[in-house]
Amino acid sequence: MKADEMHKAIVIGTSAGGLYALSFLLEVLPPDYPLPVIVVQHRYKDQKELLEQVLQNKCAIKIKQADEKEKIENGIVYIAPPDYHLLIEYDLTFSLSNDAVVSYSRPSIDVLFESAALVFGRQLTGILLTGANRDGTDGLLAIKKYGGVTIVQSPAEAQFSYMPQWAIDKGAAKFVLTLAEIQKIFLDIIPFKK
Amino acid sequence: MGPEQKEFAELLESIRFIYGYDFTDYAEASVKRRVNNFMSNRKIPAIDVLGKMILKDEKLFEEFVQELSVTVTEMFRDPLFYKSLRSNVLKRLATYPFIKVWIAGCATGEEVYSIAILLKEEGLLSRALIYATDINQKSLQIAKEGVYPLEHMKQYTSNYQKSGGKNAFSEYYKAKYDSVLFDKSLRQNIVFAPHNLAVDKSFNEFQLVICRNVLIYFNQKLQNNVINLFHESLCPFGFLGIGNKESLLFSDKKDHFEDVDRKEKIFIKNK
Repeated sequence: MKADEMHKAIVIGTSAGGLYALSFLLEVLPPDYPLPVIVVQHRYKDQKELLEQVLQNKCAIKIKQADEKEKIENGIVYIAPPDYHLLIEYDLTFSLSNDAVVSYSRPSIDVLFESAALVFGRQLTGILLTGANRDGTDGLLAIKKYGGVTIVQSPAEAQFSYMPQWAIDKGAAKFVLTLAEIQKIFLDIIPFKK
Repeated sequence: MGPEQKEFAELLESIRFIYGYDFTDYAEASVKRRVNNFMSNRKIPAIDVLGKMILKDEKLFEEFVQELSVTVTEMFRDPLFYKSLRSNVLKRLATYPFIKVWIAGCATGEEVYSIAILLKEEGLLSRALIYATDINQKSLQIAKEGVYPLEHMKQYTSNYQKSGGKNAFSEYYKAKYDSVLFDKSLRQNIVFAPHNLAVDKSFNEFQLVICRNVLIYFNQKLQNNVINLFHESLCPFGFLGIGNKESLLFSDKKDHFEDVDRKEKIFIKNK
């Protein structure tokens, strides 16, 4: 099987402590990274674009807030906008929703992961990083159910261990890895077309 | 199309055929999430089982539609939108002898009372009529009653102040136990009525149409139909306000509107 048939997308979820972890993972990605990376970071609704700007300052790959009905493309890191859930449609566009908070959160990691699991099935990798609530575990379980790969940041290393530990306790993690190891996977997962 | 997707499409098709509720042009991912929640809350194992159940049981179907179409909102959500309405729209509305406003997809009414407060503070409420419509009957009932949880008032008060509110927000409601009741005078010129944007037609002409965070639930085709419906329902130089993350991009009427406030998504119909 060719690499681009094995992988179609990476989804990442994180909450408290996520900014450092996200920068660490995303700053090594080249602008021509052959997958889309779609991120939910719990955030305050008043911070309209700050997270995107901070990450873009550190990263070579393009970082942007996901827009309603936007077509998902390779080589872009999409971040869920504040105060909306982010979902993925079968035609590989984004949908936003205003539905009630899930795990006290909007955007919710579960909402993104569950919709991504349906669309990408086994061609999806889901990664759950540092955080202090239970969001993300149901989403990882959905990714697992549809054949995707699930990775959880090692709680020993995570700035906030509760979220990754909860996922591990519920059996949602296929791999438990450090950020440095996840970073390697990001780069190894696909042989670059250079 | 996978087998699961096909079953899902068939479910929506049969609902449309038998009950006349059309969810086929809704953004699929959200509808699917709601259907899945409905199934897991009621321990319904599969879509085809759900399909058989709701096509036989009208009461269950009612519950299903309520759950599928419910939306949540808050008072003065995105305060800067309201601030912009105050400074860019209401002054121009004041030139009309009688002002008609349509709040489409009003959910449980929080936005309706927000707009009523705005109109009141500009001295326009007494000559305004607000049509507040939603597909969801239960939501409309809550909207009519104007009773909301006390715990939300802190957030709403802060939103109100950021929107340029002129008074103490607490002047507009009475608190009792864990709830607040909004002032009856705000409700005098509001008509709450059912309206389904996916199938119903235009029913009046308005100077202002507000429909926020509803289009995101629709696919591009339905978004286009609904913008056409708004265009048809607006008077010349009428105003349209949509949600922060929504746009007129997918509408073939996009050239018939001009920006009033690009950031806050307020438009004026110019042809």
